[in-house]
Amino acid sequence: MKEKSTFEEDLKKLQKIVEELAGGKITLRESLKKYEEGIKIAQSCSQVLADAQRKVELLMKKDGKFSLEKFDDVDLEEK
Amino acid sequence: MIKASRHIYSVSEITQAIKGRLENIGEIWLEGEISNFKTATSGHFYFSLKDQNSLIMAAMFANANKGLKFKLEDGLKVICFGKVDVYGPRGQYQIIIERIEPKGVGAQQLVFEQLKKKLEAEGLFDLSHKKPLPQMPFTVGIVTSTRGAAVRDILQILKKGASCVDVVIRSVRVQGEQAAGEIVEAIEDLNNFGKLDLIIVSRGGGSTEDLWSFNEEKVARAIYNSGLPVISAVGHQINTTLADLVADVFVETPSAAAKIIVDQKNSLLAELADSKHQLNFSLSETIGELKNRLTGLTHMLKSPQDRLLEKQQQVDELFAGLNYNLRHSLEMAAERLNSLIQRLGALSPLSILSRGYSLSMLLPQEAIVKDISQIKPGDRLKTVLHQGFFISAVEEVFKHEREIDV
Repeated sequence: MKEKSTFEEDLKKLQKIVEELAGGKITLRESLKKYEEGIKIAQSCSQVLADAQRKVELLMKKDGKFSLEKFDDVDLEEK
Repeated sequence: MIKASRHIYSVSEITQAIKGRLENIGEIWLEGEISNFKTATSGHFYFSLKDQNSLIMAAMFANANKGLKFKLEDGLKVICFGKVDVYGPRGQYQIIIERIEPKGVGAQQLVFEQLKKKLEAEGLFDLSHKKPLPQMPFTVGIVTSTRGAAVRDILQILKKGASCVDVVIRSVRVQGEQAAGEIVEAIEDLNNFGKLDLIIVSRGGGSTEDLWSFNEEKVARAIYNSGLPVISAVGHQINTTLADLVADVFVETPSAAAKIIVDQKNSLLAELADSKHQLNFSLSETIGELKNRLTGLTHMLKSPQDRLLEKQQQVDELFAGLNYNLRHSLEMAAERLNSLIQRLGALSPLSILSRGYSLSMLLPQEAIVKDISQIKPGDRLKTVLHQGFFISAVEEVFKHEREIDV
């Protein structure tokens, strides 16, 4: 499962970087550093969204304990 | 005659007689509007039914009203089934109601309306309670039947449009007696499972009766109490269920629920692309600005030297001008001097002497002899020539009659 918190934190960080860079009140060295960081975050976030490795599972409960079973949705799609 | 035929009833007797007569009416259907509704501590309902002109007292005992799904209340128009009865102690006739149903709307509809009102009053639909959906739900729980069309629709759309989303399904019955209980449990389970971002409660289309489980109070409360945001996607109709009203977001179809997530993903991708553009733009702006400043600074740094050179050039030019003027005036002066010297030379008696002339002075005074009449024979003369002089004595003097050219 993906780390939602990381993703949302990354988005926030990216937003901050975009604002800082647009503000233009930082040094060139700093700007370049922020720029690189921002592009990196944007790319990794885009990659996470483009990921196609989804899982579909069934949540089962037995004696109060949860377990996951693979849910085969292939035959569903053929209908 | 009156005396002989008169029969005196006791109150009870006549009441009994009336009772007997009225009870002959038997079981009837009666339509009216409820007023003065009261529930006794015993659980019996007491109220009156009225129309425009009349009113009849009514009682519905606890055993009859126990299974009643909707709430009786003043103003409600009802159709009821019961029998007329007399309540002796109060001398009051009334109808004892066995069954009752709302007039006009179906009982179910009324239950819905009443429950809706109740939950609304409790604040279950308040917008302030609605949780925002996560920016991107990467793991979505679905409460639905794995046999239904809803799960297929949702999975297909997610796979096509947001294949980064993991799905955890909690399969439940979505109609029938047990459905509501299972739905409640599933919502709680998915919350307790703990790894999810969002829950979709869903079933495909059906009749109002089919969708009824999603109108049950406990389902509405389970959705309200869910820690995770809930999207309700029940049915394919415009019919709004209570689950819809309580949910944080509700859509009309299961597909629409999946589309929300796909849209979120797409708008995030667009935002990310936009962020990249902004970063590129900002950086090139920053660099452009710095370039401008650099150019400005370089200019400022260079200019003192430039100005010095400029001044030097000016000085050189001035010097050149000065030299020219000076030389020119010197040359002019020299020329004038030369001509003066020449003219002076021409005027000097000495230069005349060099051309062969001489100058005679009478001695001893050394008076310059300008006229022949100044001298006589025997005078001594000093004669100045070119480069010297000589002394002579006059022997004879001749005077010309007229001027002659020398």
